[in-house]
Amino acid sequence: MVDRRQTVAVTFDGVDAEGVVGESVLECARRNGVTIPSLCFLEGLSVWGGCRICVVEVAEDHRLRPACATQVVPDMEIKIETPRLRAYRKSILELLFAEGNHVCAVCVSNGKCELQDMAVHCGMDHVRYDYRSPLREIDASHPKYVFDPNRCILCTRCVRVCDEIEGAHVWDVSYRGEQALLVTEMNKPWGESLSCTWCGKCVAVCPTGSLAYQGRAIGEMEHDPVMIKRLAVARSRNEWLYPEESK
Amino acid sequence: MSDTMRSVAGASNRQQGDHPSGDNRFDLVDKHLKRGRYAQDQLIETLHVAQDVFGFLSEDILVYVARALKLPPSMVYGVATFYELFTFDPPGDHSCTVCTGTACFVKGADEIVASVSNTYNVPAGKTAEDNSLTLKTARCLGSCSLAPVVVFDGDVLSHQTSESTVSLVGAALGGDA
Repeated sequence: MVDRRQTVAVTFDGVDAEGVVGESVLECARRNGVTIPSLCFLEGLSVWGGCRICVVEVAEDHRLRPACATQVVPDMEIKIETPRLRAYRKSILELLFAEGNHVCAVCVSNGKCELQDMAVHCGMDHVRYDYRSPLREIDASHPKYVFDPNRCILCTRCVRVCDEIEGAHVWDVSYRGEQALLVTEMNKPWGESLSCTWCGKCVAVCPTGSLAYQGRAIGEMEHDPVMIKRLAVARSRNEWLYPEESK
Repeated sequence: MSDTMRSVAGASNRQQGDHPSGDNRFDLVDKHLKRGRYAQDQLIETLHVAQDVFGFLSEDILVYVARALKLPPSMVYGVATFYELFTFDPPGDHSCTVCTGTACFVKGADEIVASVSNTYNVPAGKTAEDNSLTLKTARCLGSCSLAPVVVFDGDVLSHQTSESTVSLVGAALGGDA
């Protein structure tokens, strides 16, 4: 299937793998069945490179590179499970937990949350930083969906999917640094938005319980981010995949 | 808001100085938009012009710019809130900006902020209730050798102290009374 002339040899933690010229380290790893933890990356959307969970080491280079935004090159020696990277991922997760108000016990996505799964995967069992406990208001003005900024990790998947796949660009990030917050239109309640099409793709891609359907109780919210890959494939290649084919 | 929105559609066939919104200051924004051929990458420049004209960016103005450049409102709001230079509240009659960058901080910029704030009852980053003074802080104006730097009504002042800044502001405020 893969054109031999366009392939490059790479190694993941010493194991040989085959990369295709132009693809990212993360795509290459997934195609070869190698796990590189990631959060903001979603197949079918543009690369954001914001969460830094997917950072890898390349050979003896001291620089850490985001796997989602680094292209494979011939004879690349990619390291994923080093003590340094494990520690790095852990502290990024701890910072994410300390930054917002992530209380799993009362969250609609408890048990079905990518952030929670990532914390389990990386062995993050406590947070060494002080919780910031910011005051953020929940927006439940939309008839179908709820936005809880307390659970938002600013991965911008919703911003990208609304802009790139739905084409509405209802969401964007306002302010910066610790004040950064998602907004709909001119910081108006979501329910008053004129551009929202109610398509629910932002809800489907949310990695946490930040975007959810109305009326869901604790642990009842299940997201469907793989849906976006199907839509992206249909759009770019005119191939309509069935859910079980696009995993 | 609806008036200012409609004015975009009618921008082509109207006389100068007779803006449909009823506010002729929008003419200056329109002039800039036209010069930039309504290019979407003119967003930041347009916001600067709008802020120069109106003194601050209200929601109406942001909606006006978003519609003129055919940009999503959330993007315009996101860009405007990202930059410290844009302000969303009407400024006071006088403005006092104290640099709190590293060099100015070491030389006591925080004391200047505190004394101006206490003397004239203005919280940092806010405007006094009687609208006389806006006290702002900035992160490094790039003139660290002049530390601590204060910008009062557009004039850059070097080597300031709490006393000198307070008396300067007092003179300007007193002069108006």
